Amino acid sequence: MIPLAWYLYLSAALFSIGVFGVLARRNAIAILLGIELMLNAVNVNLVAFWRYGDPTVMSGQVFAVIVFAVAAAEVAVGLSLVYSIYRRRRTVIADELDLMKW
Amino acid sequence: MSIENLIWLIPLPPLLAFFLIILFTNKWKGLSHTIGVSAAGLSFIGSMIVFFSAIQVEHFGEGEHIFASSINWLPTGEGFFKIGVLIDPFSAVTLFFVAITIFMIFLYSVGYQNYGQPKGDHDHMGLPPHGATIVDEHGHSHAVLSVEPMYSRFFAFLGLFAFGMYTLVVSDNLLTLFVGWEIMGLCSYLLIGFWFAKPSARDAAIKAFLTTRVGDVFMLLGLAYLYSVTGTLNYRDIFYNAEVMHHLSETITPIFGLSTAGLIGLLLFIGTIGKSAQWPLHIWLPDAMEGPTPVSAMIHAATMVSAGVYMAIRIFPLLTAGWHGHELTPTMTFVAFIGTFTAIFSATIALAQNDIKKVLAYSTISQLGFMIAAVGIGAYVAAAFHLITHAFFKALLFLGSGSVIHGMEHGILHTGNHSVDPQDMKNMGGLRKKMPITFWTFLIGGLALSGFPVVTAGFWSKDEILADAFGHGQWVVFITLAVAAFMTAFYTMRQITMTFLGEPRTKEAEHAHETTWTMTTPLVVLAFFAVTFGWIGVPEHFPGLGGVLPNWFHHFVSGTLLEHPESVEFSWIPLGTSLFVALGGLTLGWFVYKDYKAGQPDPLENPFGKLYPVLQNKWYFDELYSATFYRLADWISGVFTPFMDQVVIDGILHFFARSTGVIGNTLRDKFDKPIINELIGDGTAALVQKGQVLKYLQTGRVQSYLFGTVSAFIVIAALLYYFF
Repeated sequence: MIPLAWYLYLSAALFSIGVFGVLARRNAIAILLGIELMLNAVNVNLVAFWRYGDPTVMSGQVFAVIVFAVAAAEVAVGLSLVYSIYRRRRTVIADELDLMKW
Repeated sequence: MSIENLIWLIPLPPLLAFFLIILFTNKWKGLSHTIGVSAAGLSFIGSMIVFFSAIQVEHFGEGEHIFASSINWLPTGEGFFKIGVLIDPFSAVTLFFVAITIFMIFLYSVGYQNYGQPKGDHDHMGLPPHGATIVDEHGHSHAVLSVEPMYSRFFAFLGLFAFGMYTLVVSDNLLTLFVGWEIMGLCSYLLIGFWFAKPSARDAAIKAFLTTRVGDVFMLLGLAYLYSVTGTLNYRDIFYNAEVMHHLSETITPIFGLSTAGLIGLLLFIGTIGKSAQWPLHIWLPDAMEGPTPVSAMIHAATMVSAGVYMAIRIFPLLTAGWHGHELTPTMTFVAFIGTFTAIFSATIALAQNDIKKVLAYSTISQLGFMIAAVGIGAYVAAAFHLITHAFFKALLFLGSGSVIHGMEHGILHTGNHSVDPQDMKNMGGLRKKMPITFWTFLIGGLALSGFPVVTAGFWSKDEILADAFGHGQWVVFITLAVAAFMTAFYTMRQITMTFLGEPRTKEAEHAHETTWTMTTPLVVLAFFAVTFGWIGVPEHFPGLGGVLPNWFHHFVSGTLLEHPESVEFSWIPLGTSLFVALGGLTLGWFVYKDYKAGQPDPLENPFGKLYPVLQNKWYFDELYSATFYRLADWISGVFTPFMDQVVIDGILHFFARSTGVIGNTLRDKFDKPIINELIGDGTAALVQKGQVLKYLQTGRVQSYLFGTVSAFIVIAALLYYFF
């Protein structure tokens, strides 16, 4: 069986890629993608710990499913926000969307 | 390596190529196409090994005489959902044609996307290449074709597409078939919209995606229903299992009084309607011609639209459950109606199109209708046979049309007149002298499509469908298909005459040029199969030839079914009909169009009168759909937005906003101003000053906040780690 640590490495790598995407990409959609990666990294962790911990307790899987559902809703809201921002401002570059500053 | 393991590996090289190209070799065009083409080549070799081992097995398809292997995939409570690979006679022959056409299309794309040509002067991503100027040693400058700016990406998408198709063919259950199906749906969206900076291509991509989605939803319902009834989606466990099939065909559902098998078959079949562009979901396929021509060949001939028919033939036992060879079941009647109607309906549209690719698109829809009609009347082998011969000659025709367009573009760059549409057949003529290889191969493909007697593959397969329709006593189907076949021959000859025969009608056509070897080789290979593939399915009682060549195809493919279908008795009537429609249509097409000159109205315009614009505008189906479905959706959102969004949702928000506003104002006037301000006096000045400095922390940029959050998190985590 594959050791637990491997899943954690995978998850950490995914999470780091996600964080990098969120911080470094300028395109708002790419930032959303980064957030998705981070959420799924968490899911990998949850499911891995569930499997290697006590598989009869389903809470790890349930938690992951809830994360999916929330992530789906978040994408729907996030994408429609990006879309309506694009309609108004003709840009999805995060740096240019700074109306809410001092 | 055992054959079973090899089958697992067949879909993988194109997928690997996709990732390699996307992730690493995007910058190097030559390397990218080398990876793409060799991946297609590897899958091709694997498929051929599998196919040739399959045909050597005695009684292949019966009982345990198949190649199958499966693994546990998804835990489902009591057991596992298994996925695996299966090669039975039908998927073996499908694999054969899929492998050949895909490999040829990969090779062809190298030439079509102008590999080796200079970079264009004004080319940019998302637009077709406009051409480049080069200066030769004498100081003359020439306009030449320029290389596609997103060359590598094209091969990556083709690779993913090929992966989807191979997955679909080798899978042993409807779920992985559906996975491959959807991967192809995505890729067709990406490839139709490959030149995404063209608004028409973008719209066509969205249209194709949404239209096929309609079918896919029903198909998914069918899959869920089938799984809930039988507990498996494996072909062999359902279709090859008399007990399960008996149970499915005996239970009656409340919907239209159909049997369970009939209803599930119907739902799955609606998926086919979407994927194979049958009426009423045919509207996406002609628009899909916006994609590069190899894509049209890939999607509209070899793979994706064939996938729909492939599934319809796969679920044949479901569709025909309860059928005893005489009266059609309700499901079969529906299938036969859709197929027959589509066949004749889109043949009429093809009569009046001038775009060389649009004619082929409508003829594809029409030919798919033939296959669906064959499934509907229970002609299992004929449908499979026509699927394969059609894939060969239609891929050939599409690639040939791409070669023609390429030659015309060459002419356009030579004359510099960019207002000439390189796809409009009215601008062509006389290309046979300029592009001999393209002409001869296109002629072979066209004759095969028309069903030119005895020599071409199309004759044998189309004749078999007609013979089956006649033999089963389906008069309406028989006559309608015969008329459609007549039109097919007519518009094919019209296309050949307008494009290749006569004299050039424009300067551009005079300067057209034969294309490179990477484009002509696939044409020659496919032309070979467009002729010879028919000879393996010559009916046994065919006068003269029957018995000389064994009807190998029928014997081999019959093995897929539990009850082997009988071949119909020979009769002169369908044979005479198919001879008459093929030759008559071809001759008439030649006579009507042989003297067609530039600037003349189309010779059909007068005799057809008011009907002609209707045909040219595709029976106004696009307009009908935008007047009904589009308007309906628009109306619903028009009603919904003001009421639900602006009254209810915004109302709730406004209520909270106003009430907090009221509370805040009250507090300020009654409490803050009279009491607090009076007590403190001017002591807030220092606070305001600090705020002036600190306010720059609020940049308004989401990423600087995120950066702050992450930094703070790291610092806190480090501190916690250090102290605990």
